[in-house]
Amino acid sequence: MSVTEIKENVFSVGAVDWNIRDFHGYSTEKGTTYNSYLIKDEKIALVDTVKKEFKDDLLFHLSELVDPEKIDYLIVNHVEMDHSGSLPEIMDIIKPEKLFCSKNGHKALLEHFHREDWPYEIVKTGDTIKLGKKTVTFLETPMLHWPDSMFTYIPEDKLLFSSDGFGQHIASTERYADELNDCDLMHQAAKYYSNILTVFSPNVKRLLAKVAEMGIEIDMIAPDHGVIWRGESCGEIISAYERWCNYISADKVLVIYDSMWHSTEKMAKVIGSELARGGLEVKMLNLKVNHRSDIMTDVLDAKALILGSSTLNNNMLPVMADFITYFKGLRPKNKVVAAFGSYGWSGEAVKHINQVMEAINLPLAHPGVRVRNVPRPEHFEECQELARAVVAAVKEMA
Amino acid sequence: MAKYECPCGYIYDPEEGDAESGIEAGTAFEDLPDGWVCPQCGAAKEDFWKA
Ligand SMILES: [Fe+2]
Ligand SMILES: [Fe+2]
Repeated sequence: MSVTEIKENVFSVGAVDWNIRDFHGYSTEKGTTYNSYLIKDEKIALVDTVKKEFKDDLLFHLSELVDPEKIDYLIVNHVEMDHSGSLPEIMDIIKPEKLFCSKNGHKALLEHFHREDWPYEIVKTGDTIKLGKKTVTFLETPMLHWPDSMFTYIPEDKLLFSSDGFGQHIASTERYADELNDCDLMHQAAKYYSNILTVFSPNVKRLLAKVAEMGIEIDMIAPDHGVIWRGESCGEIISAYERWCNYISADKVLVIYDSMWHSTEKMAKVIGSELARGGLEVKMLNLKVNHRSDIMTDVLDAKALILGSSTLNNNMLPVMADFITYFKGLRPKNKVVAAFGSYGWSGEAVKHINQVMEAINLPLAHPGVRVRNVPRPEHFEECQELARAVVAAVKEMA
Repeated sequence: MAKYECPCGYIYDPEEGDAESGIEAGTAFEDLPDGWVCPQCGAAKEDFWKA
């Protein structure tokens, strides 16, 4: 990434991570960026920093614009290590007069870096500081997606620094959404939402309402990962967030399964065909070849999930346990579910899956189909019945 | 009635209740149903402390 002036005297100075493929369990096949922004005015402010290993990228970009020691203010919108890992070193070099953060940010910074001596200045929603011609206003966004999270806004530029909100894990030298030739952009934005923010959808909803209520005018959204939204693309991403936080979905159903000796797989195929016959869009997602975070992306706009697992030693298969633990944490709503699977003796997998779904209040469209060892034709009929129950439940949701 | 704070910073105020989760104003923290979780972060009741 090179330095880019995104508004007069506001510069993008962060780092591109072309190589990361696993972001705490989220597959980042396109890499990512750690964005940081410099505002040059009578007072010079740096908004967010980068992951520890990218400290030199940030310093290299900063020195193109300013002697880093001349930076007066550091604004920490979010304390997670991908945006703060380089803080101890950066603080030593720039020695800012003030470090702005939320109340929870202050706590989190102390807990991460154990530095009582930094010049913390706690801010809350609506607090404004004057830099010169420009001002910056803070907006606390707790649990979007950490307790410390906040946004920073420059009213003169209608520019919102949105921390992890509206981000996407995409490495690119292009800095704007409309410059990416890669048509994968909205998919990556959806993947980000589904894997990081789904569980906080009620908070996203409240935030969008709050932004409307505060009458904040926005013509640029600069997140801390991926490209910047400007002009029309701002509207595009905001309306996508409106859809996602309201759990708006398509007539789409996912068959998510793993199989030991192909019996559960056979059941999956029969279920998939019957769902398609019922007019639904079907995705067959074998857990051995689909990453949990890609499946989660498909969950975002699916109306139903059908989960299939053989029983291994009185439990569901480990990859299914992995997926449903992840899924449960992200607490998607407005979905119907059903489970199936083959087994050798006691066959607990279906029961265990149903219990997890009930615990997170997702209704079962069917009590589940269990088959001892290899399915016979009558078992396939049961699978078709399960599929038809799901089709009926989905049609009822529309 | 006492207010209770969640590790995420959310404060349960019995005078307000929690309309989004169907909790009426005037409900004491102690009277919240067991399945109730923090509307902001999802933490359980037992993680809260007196504010
Ligand atoms: Fe984060
Ligand atoms: Fe992040």
